Amino acid sequence: MSARLDVKKTYKLYIDGEFPRSESGRSYVVADAKGGFLANASQASRKDARDAVRAARSAFGGWSGRTAYNRGQVVYRIAEVLESRRDQFEAELRSSEGVTPAKARTFVDAAIDRLVWYAGWADKIAQVVGGANPVAGPYFNHSAPEPSGVIAIIAPAGPLLGLVSVVAPVITTGNTCVVIASEPHPLTAITLAEVMATSDLPGGVVNVLTGSVAEIAPWLASHSDVNGIDLTGVTDPGLGRTLEEAAAENLKRVRRPGLEDLLATPALDRMTKFLETKTVWHPMGL
Amino acid sequence: MTFEYAPAPESRAIVDIKPSYGLFIDGEFVDGHGKSFKSISPSTEEVLAEVAEANDADVDVAVKAARRAYTRVWSKMSGAERGKYLFRIARIIQERAREFAVLESIDNGKPIKETRDVDIPLVAAHFFYYAGWADKLAYALPGNGNNGADPQPLGVAGQVIPWNFPLLMLAWKIAPALACGNTVVLKPAETTPLTALLFAEVCQQADLPAGVVNILTGAGETGRAIVAHPGVDKVAFTGSTDVGRAIAKSVAGTDKRVTLELGGKAANIVFDDAPLDQAIEGIVNGIFFNQGHVCCAGSRLLVQESVADEVIATLKRRMKTLRVGDPLDKNTDIGAINSAEQLAKIRELSDIGEAEGAGRWSPACDLPQTGFWFPPTIFTGVSQAHRIAREEIFGPVLSILTFRTPKEAVEKANNTPFGLSAGIWTDKGSRILWMASQLRAGVVWSNTFNRFDPASPFGGYKESGYGREGGRHGLEAYLR
Repeated sequence: MSARLDVKKTYKLYIDGEFPRSESGRSYVVADAKGGFLANASQASRKDARDAVRAARSAFGGWSGRTAYNRGQVVYRIAEVLESRRDQFEAELRSSEGVTPAKARTFVDAAIDRLVWYAGWADKIAQVVGGANPVAGPYFNHSAPEPSGVIAIIAPAGPLLGLVSVVAPVITTGNTCVVIASEPHPLTAITLAEVMATSDLPGGVVNVLTGSVAEIAPWLASHSDVNGIDLTGVTDPGLGRTLEEAAAENLKRVRRPGLEDLLATPALDRMTKFLETKTVWHPMGL
Repeated sequence: MTFEYAPAPESRAIVDIKPSYGLFIDGEFVDGHGKSFKSISPSTEEVLAEVAEANDADVDVAVKAARRAYTRVWSKMSGAERGKYLFRIARIIQERAREFAVLESIDNGKPIKETRDVDIPLVAAHFFYYAGWADKLAYALPGNGNNGADPQPLGVAGQVIPWNFPLLMLAWKIAPALACGNTVVLKPAETTPLTALLFAEVCQQADLPAGVVNILTGAGETGRAIVAHPGVDKVAFTGSTDVGRAIAKSVAGTDKRVTLELGGKAANIVFDDAPLDQAIEGIVNGIFFNQGHVCCAGSRLLVQESVADEVIATLKRRMKTLRVGDPLDKNTDIGAINSAEQLAKIRELSDIGEAEGAGRWSPACDLPQTGFWFPPTIFTGVSQAHRIAREEIFGPVLSILTFRTPKEAVEKANNTPFGLSAGIWTDKGSRILWMASQLRAGVVWSNTFNRFDPASPFGGYKESGYGREGGRHGLEAYLR
């Protein structure tokens, strides 16, 4: 009897909680660690990027309006579902990046633990960075952080830990995002999108595009309904500069290119870069 | 019968304006290598002084002086000692407060009442506040490890400030920068350089080490040269959104840190249950304070339909009592428009408001024959599409729109690319807090407006810029 032919997955984009193909109908070949054919990934277009921004904007009011406790629970749920599918992620990391089983386990462990770490931050960051302001007058005055809005993210190369490390801080605080996955390793990002789609995360909070960073990122950098851009995954300084220049048009908050040691405990600035400070005054009196 | 106010002029004998000023570099006043320009009094058009316009060579000398002072002196000094210099500066400003108030009023055109009671006291308070931070920086940034335990200064800060609150904006820039151990090259606005130059004298009286503060006068070109200088590690700018955009573009791809405090088009929202007398005062303060030359001015009044007629009638009655005229008169409420250029812009946008169909009204008032003047003005029947509802006028001009429900008020208030400030007037506590949470603005004044304090972070959302000035948050812009 002949061996059973396995059923391969079609890797699509993740926009507004759904998995559409690129409207452009394009795809690109993703190679495995040995250079062989792994899969065809969707090659997102300008239209896909704009659709993703629209989805992120629509989701912003609801997501930022949830209680911090609830957002923390949803981010924790992503960690739970990721843990339950860890074998699949380890296998994907080994085939796409060629890492050893031990290394793959380390990255998956770190990605899950990072989500748990951020989940706990959701209802604490406001107390750490905000507070009461002792003004010289009879006024109640306090400052608290609020999410900046829709954030575009160029994810770094680490297909799982890299992606989690840039997306989790942004959504934990109530932003929504459009993330361009690592160009050479996009498949794990789409598998992670499947995890997010089944983790009570509302559609549109995270939107994942795969394709050419040089092609899609400029559309996001110049999009007037995007409030901030994280250039962590940009490796070409010329492109980084062009994107920052385009981002200046509507004064986007910009995190410049560069990646910290992903296995170390993150600094708070991955959250605070995309937080605004709101200060509220009210007179006191009888 | 009507009662007239007798003139109550503040004496200008207390200030000694020199015929010409050089640049303040490395602790000394030196001649510039560029051209010079005149600073005039906007209320009389009298020439006050000839001021040097710093060119690229001057900027280079100043940045190098600031770098030297940073490496050799200021970054090595203990925080406690740095703080003591700032306390000294605060005290000297208090000692010379009246002199600063009169000079600011003459050079800027704003009423002496405001410089004396608002600007200058806040300047001293700002230095006093940040002086106390200088030896407590280990507590300034949340977190630990490299992200907070031992924060370090950035180096040389290039700072460019506007003409609407000349000395106050200088204090907002210089006090936190110095407290954190940075040195500065600051450019005051071209139309209001005089109090910054007097501040240079304060630095000398305080024995501040040479090069820690450098003041370069000039216009846009000088500002561009400071921002673009490779020796500048941090850029801080307050001014228009267009210039802010250009600065954000010019530092792209560099390691320079930037904070921008830009324009606004704040909604001042009045509900039908608001204490109306207080709200009227808040509306007047919101838009006519400082001739409306305020980035956070409440320039869009959103009033609930059911009380719109009453609010507008009361507002008009109140506006008839506003006294426009001599900035040095202690009874003056509204002074001169800062420059001919700004006056032309206010006139142009007001004419457009009329042409687009909004109803224009100003109280009868006699404006002086010389100088730059614009009467307090309101527009009724304004729609969201009108340019006077969208663009920053930066003058004593209020656009009035109406709304029916809180949701509609939020929708209209947030319908702007700006996000600097907002006002809410209502007696209902839960509504204040709900509104405050919905408004996309960096400062929300509820049942008050235009309050400022060194302990209170100030800055915008969206195209009103990024970064905060004031409070612990203000330190983040000057530390790594």
